[in-house]
Amino acid sequence: MPEHDSFEHDVIVIGAGGAGLRAAIEASAQGVSVGLICKSLLGKAHTVMAEGGMAAAIANVDERDNWKVHFSDTMRGGQYVNNWKMAELHAKEAPDRVRELEAWGAVFDRTPDGKILQRNFGGHKYPRLAHVGDRTGLEMIRTLQDHGIHQGIEVHMEVTVVALLKDGDRVAGALAYEREKGRFRVFKAKAVVLATGGVGRAFKISSNSWEYTGDGHSLAYHAGAELQDMEFVQFHPTGMVFPPSVRGILVTEGVRGEGGILKNNRGERFMFDDIPDLYKDQTADNPEEGWRYTQGDKSARRPPELLTRDHVARCIVREIREGRGSPNGGVFLDIAWIKEKRGDAEAHIKKKLPSMYHQFKQLADIDITKEPMEVGPTTHYMMGGIRVDAETQMSTIPGLFAAGECAVGLHGANRLGGNSLSDLLVFGKRAGEFAAKFAAENGGVTIDNAQVDDETKKALAPFEASRTENPYEIQADLQEMMQDKVGIVRKEEEMLEAVAEIGELWKRTANAKAPGNVEYNPGWHTALDLENLLTVSEAIARSAIERRESRGAQFREDYPEKKPELAKFNVVVKKAEDGSMEVSRATIPEIAPELSEIIKEMG
Amino acid sequence: MKTARFKLWRGERGEGDFVEYETKITEGMVVLDAVLQIQAEQANDLACRWNCKAGKCGSCSAEVNGMPKLMCMTRLNSLPMDKPVTVEPMRAFPSIRDLATDVSWNYGVKEKIRPFAPREPDAEDGTWRMSQKDVDRVQEFRKCIECFLCQDVCHVLRDHHMHEDFIGPRFLVYAAALEMHPLDTDDRLKDLKDDSNIGLCNITKCCTKVCPEHITITDNAIIPLKERVVDEFYDPVKKFLKLFRRK
Ligand SMILES: Cc1cc2nc3c(=O)[nH]c(=O)nc-3n(C[C@H](O)[C@H](O)[C@H](O)COP(=O)(O)OP(=O)(O)OC[C@H]3O[C@@H](n4cnc5c(N)ncnc54)[C@H](O)[C@@H]3O)c2cc1C
Ligand code: SF4
Ligand code: SF4
Ligand code: FES
Repeated sequence: MPEHDSFEHDVIVIGAGGAGLRAAIEASAQGVSVGLICKSLLGKAHTVMAEGGMAAAIANVDERDNWKVHFSDTMRGGQYVNNWKMAELHAKEAPDRVRELEAWGAVFDRTPDGKILQRNFGGHKYPRLAHVGDRTGLEMIRTLQDHGIHQGIEVHMEVTVVALLKDGDRVAGALAYEREKGRFRVFKAKAVVLATGGVGRAFKISSNSWEYTGDGHSLAYHAGAELQDMEFVQFHPTGMVFPPSVRGILVTEGVRGEGGILKNNRGERFMFDDIPDLYKDQTADNPEEGWRYTQGDKSARRPPELLTRDHVARCIVREIREGRGSPNGGVFLDIAWIKEKRGDAEAHIKKKLPSMYHQFKQLADIDITKEPMEVGPTTHYMMGGIRVDAETQMSTIPGLFAAGECAVGLHGANRLGGNSLSDLLVFGKRAGEFAAKFAAENGGVTIDNAQVDDETKKALAPFEASRTENPYEIQADLQEMMQDKVGIVRKEEEMLEAVAEIGELWKRTANAKAPGNVEYNPGWHTALDLENLLTVSEAIARSAIERRESRGAQFREDYPEKKPELAKFNVVVKKAEDGSMEVSRATIPEIAPELSEIIKEMG
Repeated sequence: MKTARFKLWRGERGEGDFVEYETKITEGMVVLDAVLQIQAEQANDLACRWNCKAGKCGSCSAEVNGMPKLMCMTRLNSLPMDKPVTVEPMRAFPSIRDLATDVSWNYGVKEKIRPFAPREPDAEDGTWRMSQKDVDRVQEFRKCIECFLCQDVCHVLRDHHMHEDFIGPRFLVYAAALEMHPLDTDDRLKDLKDDSNIGLCNITKCCTKVCPEHITITDNAIIPLKERVVDEFYDPVKKFLKLFRRK
């Protein structure tokens, strides 16, 4: 057996995006020793890519906003299968979490009276997203990183966790390898926080990075935790479509928030054609009113481009399928048109959307201040994740916590833009706090050496001489298959085929070969990531089959309607005794009367 | 199908050489696409870093045809394709393997710079007031994605290897962002003079030229910091006047 390097902390946090950093800072503030582990270099996690902003009802731009409106917007956007307790906590606590960032050095864009500026985003009734141009995620991660490095946290960069270790029912730490030399590390800990982000690499067209292989989901699942809502994968309506090499890269919703409009190849603003009943009262019925809304007119209602992502993505798919798409298989997103309305359009676009300007200029030779962009849906965010307690973020395994994109509950069937960054802060803090508390209140753990040996052996298996398959090919085949069969439009037969094909891909993965040696070897890492990708892909397909209706991000061609009786439960998956994936339904607890009142009140 | 040739540096800890690969190219491809395609099809163990593929994370820094660049933002059609495109790791940092370098020194440098220390909040609810005009400059500096290309190109680090003495342009930008932050109350000028040795920068502006975020590193960050240091420590009149002025 290869040697291991051993580390011991009260709490380890796996993942150093917004959620992980915030959790580590909080746990450390509670006086326990903290280790923070991440696959990439510090400051490079997915959070760095977030563009548009973070949602919090601080009411700096529209004084009518408050937590109740934010709460009901989140529930409506999630089609009422959200964990309502999480939605309540989130709406109430997000303002303090955002202000705290300012105290740690974040520099948000300002209102004329010197406060934090907020912008419009889909599904939010009032301008609510605190932002910095279109690089809010960078501001957030850098602020947390620069604050975090002075809090006595031990950071393990370019270290990848391959298994959670257990002591009886309780979590006891993690086994990881370090990228540079390929050495294994055993982390012993009284509490573990998972903050590993999403699963977007399971699909071909994706805005997500190589890291998004669903590691946290898979680690928790194989350790015996429950996953929930895995059918709800968010396809963002606007990804780049051309040139082919940039397909999937995100175009922020901020473009539409600043007045950008969607058009088909006949020049029609097709979003006016189909406005869901749930949103009729809140949506403008003519372009002029929509424009006024984006420019801050409080008497105007929002344009249909700012309806929720699930709906906008489906309208775009409809236009493309019915032959009204753009030349490269998307639709047009036009922000240049605002020059008809404001003299300073060019400078304004560059100031408010600088990275979109550069992205299109550099990658597609398009000047967005002069011509429209071509956009289409891209895999973006995982609503589903590890099932946790709303207040403590503890999973169904004692001592195992989860926060951020890898946890579930806040967003229901569809996440509102901007609600992820605030989610990371609110529940990252809570996870850190309660993990520290758990560590303080519970005794030590023992590492099971047999488990360590066993998992290490598994992790080294791709080097076996008998193996032959290129892991990148298996990954590409999985992505292609998931995109086709479990993508934005779903039906039962195709998903059953997908489950069968995942079985085949498991067999091929058992033959995935890593060439060379353990030192900084992406071929090896890709082979190991496959097991996580396959686990989450199967969970997505099986959960999507179980929900025989269309709701939020899940659109079933064979069940196009929403069914009221299916609003009463969440789909849960768990590893059964025999190792197979067990799907069940968990009844959503009755909503607290005062919250139910708020939803009614807000209309 | 069109193909192109690439010479990628392969090796470990500084020992290695260029290896030539040929791969097919499609419209709009960037250098990173080609490198990842070679990795997936021909060289599964090729070490390189990337995350966002959109110029936002600063992971994919390398030297392309000898120029420090983000691989994900360098279009192939901006390069001469009649000869092989060379891609090698940043040279100012120790080599790990292939295109990956050991940039940990940068993380150590940052930890030594005094952190943000805000003044008391302006309003009772614990918040501050700052005008957009007052934060514009700091926001320019905070666009930094920590790609370390400016560090790679600065001769003080690259040619003179003065990593022990000099913090490099990235961290002068970082220090400037703190010093010019409207809320910050700490003073880093003495550290900049004595520990960071800002004096070692002789304003060649190479750093500004390579910054993918177009931060005017030299003119907006380094020169104003140098002026402050001079004012604070070397200007006798100001020094004298300061005795009468409360800070
Ligand atoms: C392009 C883009 C734009 C977005 N814009 C917005 C926006 O404007 N507003 C908004 O609210 N949301 C936005 N989102 C969504 C939001 O950015 C993410 O949901 C969020 O950043 C996820 O944060 P996280 O902390 O959960 O995980 P991440 O930031 O993804 O961090 C995950 C961490 O886990 C680590 N990790 C993963 N697996 C392992 C392992 N096995 N071992 C060790 N470490 C591991 C990674 O290295 C990383 O450090 C956007 C997303 C994208 C892709
Ligand atoms: S201007 Fe100064 S910091 Fe920048 S590259 Fe030249 S010497 Fe280095
Ligand atoms: S200042 Fe510019 S070149 Fe230097 S690290 Fe930051 S983004 Fe990169
Ligand atoms: S991959 Fe993020 S900057 Fe190139």
